[in-house]
Amino acid sequence: MNLDKKIATRASYGETLAEIGEDKRIVVLDADLAEATKTNIFAKKYPERFFDIGISEQDMMSEAAGLASAGQIVFASTFAMFAAGRAYDQIRNSICYPRLNVKICATHAGLTVGEDGATHQMLEDISLMRTIPNMTVMSTSDDTETRWAVREIAKYDGPVYLRLCRLATPVIYGEAQEFKFGKGIQIGEGTDATVIATGVVVQEALKAKEELEKEGINIRVIDMHTIKPIDKELIIKCAKETKKIITIEDHNIIGGLGTAVCEVLSTEYPAKVIRMGVKDTFGRSGKAEELLSYFELTARNIIEKVKE
Amino acid sequence: MKITDIEELNKKATEVRLGIIEAVYGAKSGHPGGSLSCADILTVLYFNQMQIDPMKSRDESRDRFILSKGHAAPALYSVLANRGYFNVEELPSFRHIDSNLQGHPDMNKVPGVDMSTGSLGQGLSMANGVALSSKINSRGIRVYCLLGDGELEEGQVWEAAMTASHYKLDNLCVIVDNNNLQIDGTVEEVKSPYPIDSKFKSFGFNVINIDGHNMEEIIKAFNTAKTVKGKPTAIIAKTIKGKGVSFMENQVGWHGKAPNEEEYKQAIKELKKKL
Repeated sequence: MNLDKKIATRASYGETLAEIGEDKRIVVLDADLAEATKTNIFAKKYPERFFDIGISEQDMMSEAAGLASAGQIVFASTFAMFAAGRAYDQIRNSICYPRLNVKICATHAGLTVGEDGATHQMLEDISLMRTIPNMTVMSTSDDTETRWAVREIAKYDGPVYLRLCRLATPVIYGEAQEFKFGKGIQIGEGTDATVIATGVVVQEALKAKEELEKEGINIRVIDMHTIKPIDKELIIKCAKETKKIITIEDHNIIGGLGTAVCEVLSTEYPAKVIRMGVKDTFGRSGKAEELLSYFELTARNIIEKVKE
Repeated sequence: MKITDIEELNKKATEVRLGIIEAVYGAKSGHPGGSLSCADILTVLYFNQMQIDPMKSRDESRDRFILSKGHAAPALYSVLANRGYFNVEELPSFRHIDSNLQGHPDMNKVPGVDMSTGSLGQGLSMANGVALSSKINSRGIRVYCLLGDGELEEGQVWEAAMTASHYKLDNLCVIVDNNNLQIDGTVEEVKSPYPIDSKFKSFGFNVINIDGHNMEEIIKAFNTAKTVKGKPTAIIAKTIKGKGVSFMENQVGWHGKAPNEEEYKQAIKELKKKL
């Protein structure tokens, strides 16, 4: 993990989108947030295939469906709150029911939006999106992984929800790292505990792993970038090989990654799962790092859970 | 297959209405009122206006029709069957467990259905998407979208209306099936969308008011819409809910109810007289 080089996954998204934009099938939509979601990079390069739909997210999602029905590969971006929240019905009925080729790349997910506070901190999107049939749900943790994911979903024919964040986070992976759709990344072989994380808190899990090693406690971290379909085999393998399973996410503990892991284990290999996340409450204003501490989602909190 | 003779078109519309009754009676549920009110408009679109070929239902340059008021599925299914997309004998299987004819249109199950709809207010946005794609690729597609008058109470319709005129979608034609009735009463009683024409006008549309059961007026409106450049067209079609079946006309109660055997026989008898 390179702590000196930090980049927000929304920026990795915007840059990659502009890189793959020469494919004329690609059309990008935004809802008056192009500068924040970073679709403005694509917009500058390919203005003829960028449409600002204005502050009307429901309209944007159904427009995306129409464009996709005519053969376009559509990337639709706004904040996670207004994508998964406000436009839920449109995502379900306009996009997922007919299984149209729309990539919802939702930025500013989770607490780490920061100062804007609860109305803008989407903590239920993984839950909402993964219950819709035909939907694929991804949540990336760093620059390298996000760049891979954007290219990967462009090639996949069907609806995808990609959860991205505002906060700049360390670059975890080198260029040589291999990623596979639907397959979590195992970091370390430790057997004292498995910490399954997704998105911005993967870095916290890695920090915890390093700290614990100094004390002779060896854990492994799973970066679960694909939440649906989830990597069942890896979850079961880790439950068998390690003493403890902990999940952590910048999301409500109800319905998200932790729940998805429990769904697998409860039927396939019953095991106790410690779920870390926002404990069924709304967020609040503050700096991103302060919020992760306030809601007990830091490396320190993970270390406590491992030792408990 | 293009029908230009008005008498022939009226006859075809009656056949479409017969199909609607067969579907709703076969299902023992469904929405006859709002299906019968738009039967003439759909007949003109599919038999006189749209550049389509039932043998090439996925052709990328075909004209598109999006039934935003998806509950009028019996009308869409009947016009598609009559146009040759599938057998009219399938219509009574509407809403059955083993049928492709879902309660609301599914583009992946029924040939000729251009978009899945059902949750009100979303069709115009979808139509905009198709129209935008056609513009980017210079495909020359015309996109038609039928909205209910009660559906205009959905805010998304007006978001989409703004988008359509902002992007100058002159290849888009909206038709409002203004039958004046919704489930809880007349549209004025529930939440009035009137004046519909000046609303669309102020949203930047070219607006045409017509009698939605007059074939000549319907054809003329669609032809005029094709000549208007730089803005989308909205055709406000004054219609009668339940049109063509005497006891269903202008009755709120026939919004979402199937006829019993006696009513079915009478409806078929009335319609067949017009053939």
